[in-house]
Amino acid sequence: MAVTTERPTVVAGTKGSPAPKNRKRHLPGGWLPFALIAPAVILEILIHIAPMLTGIWISFIHLTQLYIANWGAAPFEGLGNYQVSLDFNSALGASLLQSFAITCAYTVVVVAVSWIIGMAAAVALQRAFRGRAIFRTLFLVPYAIPMYAGIIAWKFMFQQTGAVNHFLTQIGLTSADHEPFWLIGGNSLPALMTVAIWKTWPFAFLMLMAGLQSVNEDLYEAAALDGARPFRQWRSITLPGLGPVNRVLVLVLFLWTFNDFNTPYILFGVGNAPPQADLISIHIYNTSFQNQSFGLGSSMSVLLLLFLLVVTGIYLAISSRRSNDNA
Amino acid sequence: MGAHMITPIHAHEGVTVKLSRHKKLAGAVVGAAAIALLATGCSGGGNAGGSTKGATLTYWASNQGTSLANDKAVLTPELNKFTKETGIKVKLEVIGWNNLQTRINTAVSSGVGPDVLNIGNTWAPYLGATGAFLPFDSANMKAIGGADKFVATALATGGQQGKTVTSVPLYGLAYGLYYNKKMFSDAGLTPPTTWEDMVSDAQKLTKGGVHGIGLEAGSYTENVHFAFITAEQNGGQLFDSAGKPTFTSDAVVSGVQRYLDLMQTDKVVDTSNAQYTNGTEASADFAKGKVAMIVNQDNAGPNLTADGMASDAYGVVPIPAPAGGQQVSSGIQGINLSIFKNTKNQAAALKFVKFMTSEATQSVLGKPYASIPVLKGVTPTFTDDPEIAKVFSDVYNNRSKPYPLVPLEGAFETNVGNALNNLFATIATKGSVSKAQIKAALQAAQDKTNAS
Repeated sequence: MAVTTERPTVVAGTKGSPAPKNRKRHLPGGWLPFALIAPAVILEILIHIAPMLTGIWISFIHLTQLYIANWGAAPFEGLGNYQVSLDFNSALGASLLQSFAITCAYTVVVVAVSWIIGMAAAVALQRAFRGRAIFRTLFLVPYAIPMYAGIIAWKFMFQQTGAVNHFLTQIGLTSADHEPFWLIGGNSLPALMTVAIWKTWPFAFLMLMAGLQSVNEDLYEAAALDGARPFRQWRSITLPGLGPVNRVLVLVLFLWTFNDFNTPYILFGVGNAPPQADLISIHIYNTSFQNQSFGLGSSMSVLLLLFLLVVTGIYLAISSRRSNDNA
Repeated sequence: MGAHMITPIHAHEGVTVKLSRHKKLAGAVVGAAAIALLATGCSGGGNAGGSTKGATLTYWASNQGTSLANDKAVLTPELNKFTKETGIKVKLEVIGWNNLQTRINTAVSSGVGPDVLNIGNTWAPYLGATGAFLPFDSANMKAIGGADKFVATALATGGQQGKTVTSVPLYGLAYGLYYNKKMFSDAGLTPPTTWEDMVSDAQKLTKGGVHGIGLEAGSYTENVHFAFITAEQNGGQLFDSAGKPTFTSDAVVSGVQRYLDLMQTDKVVDTSNAQYTNGTEASADFAKGKVAMIVNQDNAGPNLTADGMASDAYGVVPIPAPAGGQQVSSGIQGINLSIFKNTKNQAAALKFVKFMTSEATQSVLGKPYASIPVLKGVTPTFTDDPEIAKVFSDVYNNRSKPYPLVPLEGAFETNVGNALNNLFATIATKGSVSKAQIKAALQAAQDKTNAS
């Protein structure tokens, strides 16, 4: 670890002088930086941190519709709400577990498929060719469209008499009198995944495309001269070159997809999420705002937070160890 | 790898850390204060009595007309009349049904809300239990014209069982069975008087792309109403006398099965109805001649006219009970009026409630809102057809039962309604559900309700 020659001078300067005078003289900018970030910090606390802490407090009390007029009167439950949420033999605990399992499956599929399609598109558009700009723009359209408009369009397409069934009938996969339902029953989860992948893969594409800019083109030429086929080139040059980008990308995609509320909310409507596509964010929303069991909903939120923290921590630990090995 | 430049500020790390610790402490204090504020739930004091002239009331109205704008247009002349009579101004806000319950809950929670508001009458028990609404004790009831002016069954919906009501009836609604006159006469059928007749009539009319009955099978609010009605027809109760849910009793389970059978075994309801969620798709099908019968509240008229159906093309009969069952055809549907306990204009609010529940106002508003009168001895104005008026008045006064008057009623609506939604979805996608599956779904709904 290199040290600049400036350091001793500055330290020597501070040591012998009275503190306040030095604070004014040597702190660059003085109080100004703190004054400038103070509004952001205060607002962050009021809008983000304080409600979060309130939510955690709610998870320890029995806050239902009968007590929302006076939160202070709600009986203290200690870990009661958590016990109910985690009692997998009861209806509530079992439905939370099922919702969690569905969300895990949903996240794995959506992140994996989005990443694969994003990677494929990024690699395909890696080298300049005529019309590349058009493809780039086209691929980013789902990401640029206002979320509500895009998902509502899918909702219309997934109606029993909608565009998706029409297309499937045209290519002979379904018949006109047995058109499947896409927004209720077992097909609702694939439909939800489709919309989520459509919405998410352009972001993966964007990040990977940016990351590919920093991969040295010469490496591919060298590899080609050595006789490496395209897949080998991808596996040995592109993938390691995108290591840092992928680490962040996968983590971000995982967190966003696991917490995804907008997609099921807009696709299925308020309180109408079929049990096969009951993502955990919707499940918690329904518990709190449909069933008015705010205490229970808050305890589920805290459990979700803890789970995501643990997963993120493990992920970062593994990936930073791997990057240290590589460095 | 690489050189690390240590900038001068790092040399003052000790100083920097101390400063940010102070900042963190200040932040924590602010945060704790915010939490404390939220926790106590501010509620202001009210002042009853005093001069009411010149006061301004805030009134939240529900969407009863064809649109929010339509409601505003209907109500404003009446509100102006009120202002002219009493000198009290009224600030009106019309709120759609998708938002209304959330807005009310927020107002209850924060203590900041309107002075007077409409509520769905089935919400009255749980809202009464929150303690945020003014009870209509003898003094307050006298101020609005006395309890005797209301139809007894309507007034019964005003609050929790056995407690002073916290809301009074405003508009009455009831369910009826609408049937297509031409389809029935062409097939040589008369309107059904028992459930079995209704099913066989529907089966005879299910042919050529037309289905016998249209249902809003994806709407949890509609479904739960029929779970209630069929259970009552079977002589069953959804809550026992102690207020505990009894959703898995035989009467309830077989009532729900009878309702689901319309789609799964009788096959008189199209499976696409499992996605009908907003309360108007079935009546649109009826208007276009795609179904022969629908079950709907009495305010279907304006929608049917808007969809192009002539008002003499359909007739109405009470929803029939199975042979030998209880003659119940509807819950006591409707809208009630409530006053927030912490209103600063209690006397003015009471005057407003008196005005809204007076004969004059009721007969004016009865027509656009298709409201069955909640006042005794008032001529119905909700329809021009005397036959239909007779049927609905009979249903409302003689063949309807109030929804459970317990605070868990709201949870019952959500949980049982959603259970039925999912059962219909299973029928539509997989073909059928067994009695055991129905019972299991109702058991899960019961467990969730108990945990609320």
